[in-house]
Amino acid sequence: MTTVPQPSPTIAPGARPAPGAIPGQSEDREPTWGLMAEFDSVDDIFEAAHRTRAAGYRWWDCHTPFPVHGLDKAMGIKPTILPILAFFGGLTGCIAGFVLQWFTNATSFDVPSGIPGITVRGYEFLISGKPMLSGPAWIPVMFELTILLSALGVVGWMLLLNGLPMLYHPTLKNARFARVTNDRFFLVIEARDPKFSEERTREHMESLNPLSIERLEP
Amino acid sequence: MTTLPFDARPLPGEPGNNTWEDPGRRPPLVLNHESFTSVTEEICRVNESPRPPMAWYVCLGVAAVLAMVFGALIAYLFVTGVGVWGNQNPVMWGWPIVNFVFWVGIGHAGTLISAILFLFRQNWRTAINRFAEAMTIFAVICAGTFPGIHVGRVWLAYWLFPIPNQMAMWPQFRSPLLWDVFAVSTYFTVSLVFWYVGMVPDLATLRDRASNRIKAVAYGIFSLGWRGSMRHWHRYERAYLLLAALATPLVLSVHSVVSFDFAVSQLPGWHTTIFPPYFVAGAIFGGFAMVVTLAVPARQLWGLKNFITMRHLENMNKIILLTGTMVGYAYAMEFFVAWYSGALYEGFVFVNRALGQHSWAYWTMIFCNVVAPQFFWFKRFRTSIPVMFLVVNCVNVGMWFERFVIVLSLEQDFLPSSWAYFKPTWVDIGMLIGSFGLFFTLFLLFMRFLPVIAISEVKAIMPAAHGSHGHHGHDDDHGHDEDRHADGGSHGHGLARDPARREGHPDPAGDDDAGSKGASS
Repeated sequence: MTTVPQPSPTIAPGARPAPGAIPGQSEDREPTWGLMAEFDSVDDIFEAAHRTRAAGYRWWDCHTPFPVHGLDKAMGIKPTILPILAFFGGLTGCIAGFVLQWFTNATSFDVPSGIPGITVRGYEFLISGKPMLSGPAWIPVMFELTILLSALGVVGWMLLLNGLPMLYHPTLKNARFARVTNDRFFLVIEARDPKFSEERTREHMESLNPLSIERLEP
Repeated sequence: MTTLPFDARPLPGEPGNNTWEDPGRRPPLVLNHESFTSVTEEICRVNESPRPPMAWYVCLGVAAVLAMVFGALIAYLFVTGVGVWGNQNPVMWGWPIVNFVFWVGIGHAGTLISAILFLFRQNWRTAINRFAEAMTIFAVICAGTFPGIHVGRVWLAYWLFPIPNQMAMWPQFRSPLLWDVFAVSTYFTVSLVFWYVGMVPDLATLRDRASNRIKAVAYGIFSLGWRGSMRHWHRYERAYLLLAALATPLVLSVHSVVSFDFAVSQLPGWHTTIFPPYFVAGAIFGGFAMVVTLAVPARQLWGLKNFITMRHLENMNKIILLTGTMVGYAYAMEFFVAWYSGALYEGFVFVNRALGQHSWAYWTMIFCNVVAPQFFWFKRFRTSIPVMFLVVNCVNVGMWFERFVIVLSLEQDFLPSSWAYFKPTWVDIGMLIGSFGLFFTLFLLFMRFLPVIAISEVKAIMPAAHGSHGHHGHDDDHGHDEDRHADGGSHGHGLARDPARREGHPDPAGDDDAGSKGASS
């Protein structure tokens, strides 16, 4: 345990009832989903991450109240492909902006609408003698749609890749885990990890000197 | 920073004063807090205290009544027609566009703080970005209302959008007014998404601390099941950076497009190339004034002075001084160009602005926007609450008059027989006041129910967030890190708070981690 004087370690006011996550008591009821170790400083979670990665675990994660800089690298998390997806979102918006303006303002031919018997047709606007293909005048809308689809794409893909929204998760059942959004840092190793064994993983966690170790149920 | 100076020298200045400048040392941005726990407690108290301050009820009551007046006036407008406004030929747009441009401009400071200051790694943004972004959203709601209700037959407002219809009738995409539709709606959508994404981790904080089932479920749904996973944070931070990079050109484009509404028309006083940069600078100027207007009472009422410190206010006042001076330059340059162009009508419009029948509005604008901010050259005034509150409210008034002056320059058009003195009606005045009611209603509700300060971001700029060694992230080398840990292992957990150990690492907070959220101020 830590020797550092800690600010009042009161558990956050009754967010959710504490399920029986005390090791040893509930093992006959539910299988183990994973083990969770609790820390109270950035240094500790760094050390835990380094050693857990070195121990060869694959299905594990750190949970922190804020993005701890460098921890993703320490955990060996690969760079995300979000920037590439953002680029393609923007490209889609840019092309869509051009096609929209060209079709609606500079052409006049029937396009099937998908509803039988109904077609969609543009209209050739002749505005102050400007050419039909008015590139410069179309830039603002193309630009706005580039930004719009890129931004919505980034957020959509971020949530999708993160598997959010996920309103149920084994960690969220644990009462101690409520402080992950406050001031505590957690290391979670899942039971599906090939190297997971309840005893050896617990020993590994104990060697990290955590504040507590909890067994998680699915 | 607060409790962990990078060297052993005491911090300059009084305790609680972080407005000093000392090259080589960064003043603290969070005062009187050492632990993450106390930061969470203090910020969440805004939402969790059983009763908000009495002033909150009073303000909300007044604001809600004004918002209802706004609604009633809009209903009256719909039933009667746009003739209830003072709009006339040739001042066709009148107050509705003045209010529209005013409110859109207010919004820009929020995006500047959340996106541009983020890209520039200005850590002080973390304490104010959340409510500045909220201000953006609410200001754009007020702004969008005015052109929305000005379309005449409001039940046909959907004609603004390219929706396939039986008449093969489409919007005219060569018109700046249509660019505006796309610019403002994109701006609103992206700002909303940016605001919400930034808020998810803090909503999770409120969820985890919720005192009853209703709060837990409501915050739980909106926090999307956020559990602070580092694998999630990794993508989240990248997404946030990308959003900032996208919002930056967006915010510059929005007010440029708004200025095109004027600049693309062939009218003296409007048809100038200086309009886009001048509008953007003015928007940032007016927006920051509104942020300070909101921040000063908010930090007082909810006791957020440890987060929204005097340094934050001073920084904003510096930006107000800078952008105000840019706006003053633009005013002068407009006159110069009007003279230099040799265009008769252009010259007439500008002489008329300064000396004509609405010259009182022009000189109000000059006083509020150019003269008043000059006080901010002096640190004493920059850091004085009464002075800054007076000045920023001058700026709020002045920025409204700026748009008024621009729109009213049509008063004397090419045909002297149509010249008249523009008079607003009581509906015009009621709607302007009512829009403030709507704005403040939304803002006060936000102050009570949503996290007003970006809790997770504030934690990330605290010294304790950087651990005892500043460069974790840059080496992926296990062995080396293991060694480093081994040597610190004997005194284990005390590293972050052990000054002796810190001396070996002179700049623990300065690990400017590329692509990460809180580097250095």
